[in-house]
Amino acid sequence: MAWTQKVLRINLTDGSIKQEPLNMEWARDYLGQRGLATKYLTEEIDPKCDPLGPDNKFIMTTGPLTGTMSSTGGRYSVVTKSPLTGCVACSNSGGFLGAEMKAAGWDMIIFEGKSPQPVYLYLENEKAELLPADEIMGTSVWAADEWIHKKHQDPLIRVATIGRAAEKGNLYAGVINDLHRAAGRSGVGTVMASKNLKAVAIRGTRGVGNIKDPARFMQAVSDGKKVLHDNAVTGQGLPKYGTQVLMNVINEVGAMPTRNMREVQFEGASNISGEAMHEPRESDGKPNLVTNAGCFGCTIACGRISTIDQGHFSVENKPEYWDASGGLEYEAAWALGSDTGIDDLDALTYVQFLCNEDGIDPITYGATLAAAMEMYEMGAIDKETTGGIELRFGNAEALCRVTELTCRGEGFGIDMGLGSRRLCEKYGHPELSMTVKGQEFPAYDPRGVQGMGLGYATSNRGACHLRGYTVASEIMGIPEKTDPLTTDGKPELVKAFQDMTAAVDSSGLCVFTTFAWTLEDIAPQIDAACEGDWSPDKLLEVGERIWNLERDFNIAAGMTAKDDTLPKRLLKDAAKTGPATGRVNDLDQMLPKYYEVRGWTADGVPTSETRKRFGLKALSA
Amino acid sequence: MLKALQIEPEKCTGCLQCEMACSYRAEGVFNPAKSRIKIFTFHEEGRFVPYTCTQCTEAWCMHACPVEAIVYNEATGSKDVLADKCVGCKVCTIACPFGTVNYDQDSGVVYKCDLCQGDPECSKACPTEAITYVDADHTGLDRMRAHAAKSAGLDAQQH
Ligand code: SF4
Ligand code: SF4
Repeated sequence: MAWTQKVLRINLTDGSIKQEPLNMEWARDYLGQRGLATKYLTEEIDPKCDPLGPDNKFIMTTGPLTGTMSSTGGRYSVVTKSPLTGCVACSNSGGFLGAEMKAAGWDMIIFEGKSPQPVYLYLENEKAELLPADEIMGTSVWAADEWIHKKHQDPLIRVATIGRAAEKGNLYAGVINDLHRAAGRSGVGTVMASKNLKAVAIRGTRGVGNIKDPARFMQAVSDGKKVLHDNAVTGQGLPKYGTQVLMNVINEVGAMPTRNMREVQFEGASNISGEAMHEPRESDGKPNLVTNAGCFGCTIACGRISTIDQGHFSVENKPEYWDASGGLEYEAAWALGSDTGIDDLDALTYVQFLCNEDGIDPITYGATLAAAMEMYEMGAIDKETTGGIELRFGNAEALCRVTELTCRGEGFGIDMGLGSRRLCEKYGHPELSMTVKGQEFPAYDPRGVQGMGLGYATSNRGACHLRGYTVASEIMGIPEKTDPLTTDGKPELVKAFQDMTAAVDSSGLCVFTTFAWTLEDIAPQIDAACEGDWSPDKLLEVGERIWNLERDFNIAAGMTAKDDTLPKRLLKDAAKTGPATGRVNDLDQMLPKYYEVRGWTADGVPTSETRKRFGLKALSA
Repeated sequence: MLKALQIEPEKCTGCLQCEMACSYRAEGVFNPAKSRIKIFTFHEEGRFVPYTCTQCTEAWCMHACPVEAIVYNEATGSKDVLADKCVGCKVCTIACPFGTVNYDQDSGVVYKCDLCQGDPECSKACPTEAITYVDADHTGLDRMRAHAAKSAGLDAQQH
C-alpha cells in the first residue's frame, strides 16, 4: 500500500488537531506528494485568496515511496499558494524530515488558518501538539533547530523551520529541514511565517511497511540502485562534484546566465565549479569540499558538505561559520556567483551558509541581487538606498553584506526581500527583472537552450528548471540528444518532461534519479509498493493530469496566456558569445504548438475535452 | 572461516540504506528507529560513522545475561538474542561497553546485530562499500595496504 492513508489536519486558528483518512480515490488519480496535495489545495482554497492570509493553506506532503528503501525515497513537498508568484507552489526537499514524517505515520499534514500566538508543531508518531514558540521567534533556522533538540532532549528529532527572513516578510523565504535542506522556492516559508508557525519537529518510530508485494519491491529497488550506480552521471559525476558538475559544462555551451543575464558565459566559472571545490586552498591546504552526503535512502549522494577558509574576510573572527555545513549546489553557485559576476568560492560558500541559516532561496536572492546591481550601476539605486554599499557586479564584500541584511530582514535587505520583480518595479525598471510570473530564472540561459525557454514560460510555478529539465536532452543527451539551438520538436519534448517530472515529484523520489532512470525503472517500484496498476503510461497520465490541474489553479488565480512569456532581454537581445551567438529565445515559434499538444485553446486554456479526459472541471474563474 | 563486518566511515554518505535494510529484515518495516546498525552524523565535522556490534569473543552481554538468552552462534560467530528466552531485564544493555545491544519497548525484549545469520543485509544495501563483510582475521587489511603504500611513497589509490 505504501501510503499510510492518514492525514493530519491542524487548524491553527482554534488549535484543533484532527486525524482523517487519506482520500484514496484522489490518490489513485494523483499518486501522492505534489499531485495529491495540489488536489487537496485546489479543493480546499479559493485560488484568488491572499497567499499570506488565513485562507491559504500550508500542506506538507510525502509520496508513497517516501520512507521506503527505494533510492532517494525520502522526499517531501510543501504545497501552498505562493506569495511570490500568485501561482500554486510546490517546493520539494530531501534530507530526513520527509521520511521521519512518514515513519510517524502520516502521508500529509494540512495547516489551516493562522495561529494567534507563535507556535511549533511537535509530532511524535500519533501524538501531535502545538507548543509555544515565543522563545524561538526572531531566531535563525540553526538556532531554532538547536533549541528544539535541547528542549525535547532528543537528538533524533527531525526539524523543519523558517528563519528570520520569513518572519520579516521576505517573499522568497523557504522552509529548511535538517539544517541545510530546503523546500526552497516560491516563498513557501513566507506562508509558514504568515501562519505564526515557526517549526515542525517530528519523531517517527513506526516505520514504513505495508508494501503491496515485498519481494517484488525489494527486487525493483535493487535493480534501480544498480542502474543509478552504473550510470556515469548518478554513479560518478553527481557523487564526486554534486550538481556543480554542470558549472563548466553549461558555461561552455554558452548557457550560463551572467550579470543579470546580460551575458551567457562567465569568465570566472571554473573558479566556482565543482572541480574548484576539490582544489586544496592555499591557507590550510584543505579543499572547500569535506565530503559528499546523501539524503534519506539516496544512493547517489550529490550533497556537498563544505567549509570556508577561516582566514577569508567573510568569516574572519566568526568561528560560528568555521564548521562544515551544506555547501554550494550548482543553482546557488550560479545565482550567487556568475549572475553577480563574483568568482570568490569562499564568499559564495559563506553566502550559501547564510541562505541556509535563515532560509532564503539562493536562486531568487542571487537573481534579485543581480538586478539590483544592474540598477545601481545605471544609477537607479544609489548609495543612500543601499546604506552605503557599493553594489557593483563583482563586489564580493557587497554580496556578503547584502546577504546578511537580507537574511535578517534589515536595512536594504528589506527591499531585497521583495524579489526582483517588485524591486525593479519599485525603482522604475521592470524590464530588468529576469522572471516569469514573478519567479527568477534558474541556471540555464534559454538563448542557448531553446526548449528551456518554453519550459520557463509555461512552468506552473514561474521560472524553474525542476518542472521540465530539457537540459537533460538538449545538453546531456538524456534520454536522447536534441539540438539545444533548434526549436523543432521542443513543444513535445517540454510536455514530455513536464508530465514525467510531475509524476516523479508525486512519488517520494528525487528528480535527479531521472538522469539515469526512466519511468520504466520507476514504475516497477511504485507498482510493487502501491495498490493499483502503475505502468509508465499510467504515470505519464497522472503527470499530465497534475499539470492540467495546476494550470487550472493558476487560471482561476488570474493568470492568462500573457503570463506565458519571457523578459524582453531573452527575446530581443542576442547572445554575444559562445555557441548561441546571435540567438535569442524563439518562444513564439514554440508556444502555439505547445498549447496544441497540451490540448489547450490558443489562449492557453485546457479545452473541455482535455479536462474531461482527466476528470477535471474548470475551477471558478 | 568466520567473517566480520568491516566498517570504513570515510566512505559513508549517511544515506541510511543500511538502517532500512536491517530493520526490514528484522522487523518487516523500513524503520531506522529499529535498526541494529546506526549511522551517527557529526555535522560540524562533516562525518558519518556507522556503528554496530563487533561480536566480542568474550561478549559482556552474553556473560551478563541471567537467563542465557544471548547465545554464541558457531556458524557465524555472532552473539544472538533468543527473544523467547529474554526477560527484558536489560542487564546486557548495561554490560555492553559499546551500547550496541538495546531494549525495544514494543516487544519487551532486547535486540542486537546477529549478522543476519551470515548474510548481512546492511553490507549488501550499502552503495559505497562503507560496510563490507570480510574475513574476520583481516578486517584491517585494506587500511594496512593503504598505509603500506603510503610508507613506500606510492599513491594508495592506484595500487
Ligand atoms: S552487544 Fe556489546 S557486548 Fe555484546 S557482543 Fe556486541 S559489542 Fe560485545
Ligand atoms: S548504507 Fe553505507 S553509505 Fe549509506 S549510511 Fe549505511 S554505511 Fe553509510
